[in-house]
Amino acid sequence: MERVPLERKVLNENDRIAADLRARFQEQGTLCLNFISSPGSGKTSLLERTLSSLPKGERVAVLTGDIQTENDANRLKRYGFPVKQITTGGTCHLDARMIERHLADWPLEDLDLLFIENVGNLVCPSSYDLGEEAKIVLLSVTEGEDKPLKYPSIFFKSQLMILNKVDLLPYVPFNVNAAVENARKVHPGIEIVKVSCLKGNGLDEWLIWLEKKRQAQKEKQPAAVR
Amino acid sequence: MHELGIANSILEAVRTEVARVPGRYATKVSLRIGEMTAVDPEALRFSFEILSQDTDLAGLQLEIEICPRRNRCEECGQEFTVRDYDIQCPQCGSLRTQFLSGDEFAFGYLEVEEYGTSSVGAQSTE
Ligand SMILES: Nc1nc2c(ncn2[C@@H]2O[C@H](COP(=O)(O)OP(=O)(O)OP(=O)(O)O)[C@@H](O)[C@H]2O)c(=O)[nH]1
Ligand SMILES: [Mg+2]
Ligand SMILES: [Zn+2]
Repeated sequence: MERVPLERKVLNENDRIAADLRARFQEQGTLCLNFISSPGSGKTSLLERTLSSLPKGERVAVLTGDIQTENDANRLKRYGFPVKQITTGGTCHLDARMIERHLADWPLEDLDLLFIENVGNLVCPSSYDLGEEAKIVLLSVTEGEDKPLKYPSIFFKSQLMILNKVDLLPYVPFNVNAAVENARKVHPGIEIVKVSCLKGNGLDEWLIWLEKKRQAQKEKQPAAVR
Repeated sequence: MHELGIANSILEAVRTEVARVPGRYATKVSLRIGEMTAVDPEALRFSFEILSQDTDLAGLQLEIEICPRRNRCEECGQEFTVRDYDIQCPQCGSLRTQFLSGDEFAFGYLEVEEYGTSSVGAQSTE
């Protein structure tokens, strides 16, 4: 018997493509964000709110993942920015190759912002790097404040947690402080913004976060291309 | 349930490695899975068995090492295992500690055997 050391990651191939995408995003100053949540937490709603707040001519595009339908892309296309649906046909997450393929005919130098809505799932998308600058996890108040402890990986890997549907707080037993505490247990540095995509609360704070990230991404761009 | 796809990548990687060592076959592959990853070891084991049975890799053992979350103290340099999300340094009590490891998802090693040297696991002769 002989033992051969295998010094590599299991998702090697995905990570390689993701690293390549990340380098291209940085080169072009494109801020790429990967939105992850359980089905129905409000990813598409948040993107709709965000797109509707952006001025016409803003260089933004959206890739939205779904197992079956084109519904989310149809909702998002109404705002006049380029949107593509990625239909995974059964797969519970997006992977870097799908992103690479769907970006093939979108010149990145024309994009300042790329939003990726992952397939609704709090588990699987966490394993797949898409080359994004940051993962953003959405949690809605109807899901229970224990979710960060039950699904620690995605809260650990996300830079920002958006607590959505705060308009429902009067009607559901959800302890905001406990949710925040749980998220910080898993990821002490996680940033948290509370919003209601329905009523509009907190969206300003989210848009400020977005703008700061955008500036930071531009500063990463090599001076020669800027 | 993304473990099926992952199991498939593992088997592919094993095939690639085995091809580099002619005259041998794989008996065991080991993985290191950090507790901060979203990979479910049981689901992975199950997928691995389903996908390897009745193939050239039937009988291949899967060893999984779960790697705990470890932090390093920024004050005193102590490295420690984080239990129950408690990130306080056990040596000096500081709360300024940084994530060190626990999100890995990597191969450890592959065990190979020469054809004819062992009765277990040998499936084909080639
Ligand atoms: N009350 C309330 N409902 C909301 C809010 N945000 C979204 N919803 C509703 O929640 C439902 C799901 O929202 P989506 O935006 O489709 O959620 P999603 O995360 O994109 O869902 P999938 O793509 O299927 O995973 C819709 O009926 C929304 O109208 C909110 O802030 N408050
Ligand atoms: Mg959606
Ligand atoms: Zn210390």
